Amino acid sequence: MSWDQLWPLILEGTWDTLYMTIPATILSYLVGMPLGIIMVVTAKDGIRPKPTLNAILGVIINFLRSIPFIILLAMLFPVTRLVMGKAIGTTAIIFPLVISAFPYVARMVESSIREVDKGVIEAAQSLGSTDFQIIGKVMIREALPSLVNGAAIVTVAILGYTAMASAAGGGGLGSIAITKGLNLRKMDVMYTASIALVLLVQLITLAGNYLTKKINHRKR
Amino acid sequence: MSSVPLIQVNNLSKIFADADNKVIALNDISLKVNEGEIYGIVGMSGAGKSTLIRCINRLDIPNQGEILYRGQDILRMNKKTLLQTRRKMGMIFQQFNLFMQRTIAENIMYPLEITRVPAKEAKERVKKLLDIVGLQDKADAYPAQLSGGQRQRVGIARALACEPDLLLCDEATSALDPMTTQSILSLLQDINQRLGITILLITHEMAVIRQICHRVAILDGGKVVEEGDVDEVFLNTKSEAGKRLFGVLPETEMEDLGYPTLRIVFDGAAAEKPIISRLSKETGVNVNILSANINHLQGKTYGQLIIQKPEDENEVKAVTDFLLEEGVTVKEVNKQ
Repeated sequence: MSWDQLWPLILEGTWDTLYMTIPATILSYLVGMPLGIIMVVTAKDGIRPKPTLNAILGVIINFLRSIPFIILLAMLFPVTRLVMGKAIGTTAIIFPLVISAFPYVARMVESSIREVDKGVIEAAQSLGSTDFQIIGKVMIREALPSLVNGAAIVTVAILGYTAMASAAGGGGLGSIAITKGLNLRKMDVMYTASIALVLLVQLITLAGNYLTKKINHRKR
Repeated sequence: MSSVPLIQVNNLSKIFADADNKVIALNDISLKVNEGEIYGIVGMSGAGKSTLIRCINRLDIPNQGEILYRGQDILRMNKKTLLQTRRKMGMIFQQFNLFMQRTIAENIMYPLEITRVPAKEAKERVKKLLDIVGLQDKADAYPAQLSGGQRQRVGIARALACEPDLLLCDEATSALDPMTTQSILSLLQDINQRLGITILLITHEMAVIRQICHRVAILDGGKVVEEGDVDEVFLNTKSEAGKRLFGVLPETEMEDLGYPTLRIVFDGAAAEKPIISRLSKETGVNVNILSANINHLQGKTYGQLIIQKPEDENEVKAVTDFLLEEGVTVKEVNKQ
């Protein structure tokens, strides 16, 4: 295939990949971030221990996390149709992506916030902070570099999931590599689309690392 | 000093228990902290002092007893009143516990932020606090860029931001070198005198108590074994724990010596002079030193010396008179 034919294909694939990845990441954080915070706050040593709730949420998160994405995608078809209006296509796949990613986000956020020094949280308590002030002004702010780093990792993971969109009629670079490359034995298409994916992942990782370093004031 | 205690602890007990272990951290503790004083709680590690100070602002919840702040029981307050009361008690920590992602000014601003002090007023107050702790030029630095002593100063400024009545100090100088400890102690003393803020501090260092505290409680095995004015407790240490902390030989060992001894107490009144060598020269008495624990703080001498009591009564008098003249207290420890 010539560059003139390949180039629009890659461009379209990149757009579709980002079109799935970015909203899915944002929506996963909208659900996963509060969940991760609740996990830290209600833990046995948290600022508002609720062991039963914590245990139940933990089980749900682990359950969702252990289902492979490709299975979840199929399992969710009826629900996806209900929520998104259709079960297949580039837009529809955002829903299963979110369902698959938010438990992962919850664990990432949980581990980032757990890293915040307990002494610092006690200092905030000693100053008369409410629990919400501790969450917003201390936990999230102190964990911000780690949260940003985690967000880059989550974005890359979701980007990886989008490669499976072809199984549900979705587009994107992964889909192009499989349906228009591998399946048609057009190796140049497959490799170009894959390289574009690699570059995208590198870009996100580099941006994540740069941002994490820039906002981290722990080191002099 | 008023007679109404700012903090009154009554019969406080705290037990840490798991399946097969029970540790009594605090055992029926009662004490009073008066307004305007610097009250020290001293004890070896594991004596329960950290648990005690953390109970005062309810970071730890005791099993029994009450803690009265101006007559109100902190342990039975609802959450809202508790938060308001905590804002009247600043706290500083051994590990400083600063917000690492906030600048120094933002750290000090935090308590004002959560109590919704108007921005303009808050800024002015932060500036004033930076002045008090001597960090005017560090406003925009981050904690990671500061030394330990500077970090503790930020901790102090942050604790003072809401204009508290009480400052709780949890081993505030234990992570600092001796020089820095001195400057932090002077700052605390200054805050107590100039701003009239009551200070409750815990430490394992007797020198800290000696230097800035008015009253002291000695904690051992979760119990208050001795309490009173610092001078009084220092000169007439009764408890085993107190003697261990002062570095005096335990009484049982002293009895084994089989002869009377004199305890010479340096309480900072005497300037740095070679007192003992002059004692020998000027009185002509041979001094037999049995035990010594001397510290120098700000050019003053603190600590004690145990010497063998001379047999001749005149020699005893000569020694005692000489020492009293030098501003040193002498006590007979082991009368026979």
